[in-house]
Amino acid sequence: MTNLLRPLTTFTGKSDPAKPPSKVMISVTGMNFYYSDTQALSDITIDLQANVVTAFIGPSGCGKSTFLRTLNRMNDIIPGTRVEGKVLIDGRDIYGPETDVVDLRRRVGMVFQKSNPFPKSIFENVAYGLKVNGLTKNRGEMEGRVEESLKAAAIWDEVKDRLTESALMLSGGQQQRLCIARALAIQPEVLLMDEPASALDPIATQRIEELIYQLKTSYTIVIVTHNMQQAARVSDHTAFFWLGRLVESGPTEQIFTSPTEKLTEDYVTGRFG
Amino acid sequence: MSTRQSRKTGDRLLQTMGILVLVLALVSLGALIQDVVSDGWGRLNWQFLTSPPSRFPEAAGIYPQLLGSLYVMLLTAALSLPMGIGAAVYLEEYGGGGRWARIIEVNIANLAGVPSVIYGLLGLGLFVRGFGLGPSVLAGGATLALLVLPVVILSTREALRTVPMSAREGSYALGATKWQTIWHQVLPGALPGIFTGLILAMSRAIGETAPLITIGALTYIPFAPTGLDSRFTVLPIQVYNWVSRPQAAFAENAAAGIIVLLVLLLTMNAVAVVLRDRFQRARA
Repeated sequence: MTNLLRPLTTFTGKSDPAKPPSKVMISVTGMNFYYSDTQALSDITIDLQANVVTAFIGPSGCGKSTFLRTLNRMNDIIPGTRVEGKVLIDGRDIYGPETDVVDLRRRVGMVFQKSNPFPKSIFENVAYGLKVNGLTKNRGEMEGRVEESLKAAAIWDEVKDRLTESALMLSGGQQQRLCIARALAIQPEVLLMDEPASALDPIATQRIEELIYQLKTSYTIVIVTHNMQQAARVSDHTAFFWLGRLVESGPTEQIFTSPTEKLTEDYVTGRFG
Repeated sequence: MSTRQSRKTGDRLLQTMGILVLVLALVSLGALIQDVVSDGWGRLNWQFLTSPPSRFPEAAGIYPQLLGSLYVMLLTAALSLPMGIGAAVYLEEYGGGGRWARIIEVNIANLAGVPSVIYGLLGLGLFVRGFGLGPSVLAGGATLALLVLPVVILSTREALRTVPMSAREGSYALGATKWQTIWHQVLPGALPGIFTGLILAMSRAIGETAPLITIGALTYIPFAPTGLDSRFTVLPIQVYNWVSRPQAAFAENAAAGIIVLLVLLLTMNAVAVVLRDRFQRARA
């Protein structure tokens, strides 16, 4: 059985595993995004590193969620949307004609702002991605993968005796961790998180943040948050969006302590937003 | 102060009018049922349910009509449900938004209002003559299936729209295809609404006479249908036939036939409601 928490070398390739990971996982060049006639993103160019947590911050409506959703082509299901520019994930152009969007979404998992477990049992929620992608050969393998995923999402101990119960019986924080387990089950390379803790209480939020910290050794994580303390706590890199533009990006510490742009400084110090 | 007073009065006035209208509707329905039951109750017995019609009112029964109605209803449901759901899924999930989809949508809404006798003429030309089915149970079921198809399509589309976007997104984000998302998430979520539509459709179909008479369902038939190619008649046709006789005894038979029809309708609806609740619970 493949280990869910894969070693770092899977991503760093030939580079020395002792060195900090520096491989570019996601490379976006000159992206424009439109909802029908409204331009939501203008000329976004950014590289996101493998095995680090990158946080997108910015005021509401700045385009950070929209940008996140372009990375697994989730906006495709909204009629009238249009993307220009190039998005390479692991060297492959995800908007290229040879890209299978279903396969892309298997490789680039997503956790939503509002936890959205399926109205099925806890087990079925995690097994869903395995089933629709035909990833496991038999029931035993599937049960193993479900258990691994629930453990990786730090919810196994709470649900191991009630796997057949409806997922809707879980608390909000548990539901969100279940959704993370569900996303991990299909072994994505990238995990996109759209304000995953914004609807949770502080304790549940802390558990999600601890989880993100553990998961970054195995996954490239991109998290959208409107909570700047959260961005500072969980992320290694931070990108600041404003009015559909990427204002500044860099190491989180630098963005929060010595940003180069006045706008970034005003935002992170709470002068607007 | 006075405006607040007048607003309160208006509020109370509207409430009173609402109650009045409701009482009026319930009283007339109650009077109708009371009248029918008092006329027909005496005729309801096992013999009435198991005998064919007869020119002697006390020997007459509704066995062939009852079975005819059941056969036609089952066929109507079996034909209209998959076609209606298929059409609705296509329009809502695949074809949506375009000019053609809008034209089709308007036409389906219009079809729901076409007089049923028109469907009878269509059934006569298409199924009875065109496909050579004759005035058979199959032709009757197919005709009524066409009649209720718009209702099934419209209510299924409504039901599909109630499935939240977050369920679809969750499925897509896990690498499910469009069809997998529809099959595993959207359709199960829409099932309660689809069943509500089916109840409406069946309630309409079971009372229909005109299209079935048009395709040649007999008004007198002494035997129950034996297969899809059997000739048949249905309960409402028999009731109509009895009502138009001058003898009072036949009027009693008609009332008894109406009671049976009502019971059949309520049973069908109860089954659909139970199924709907079961699906709703399974998803809660």
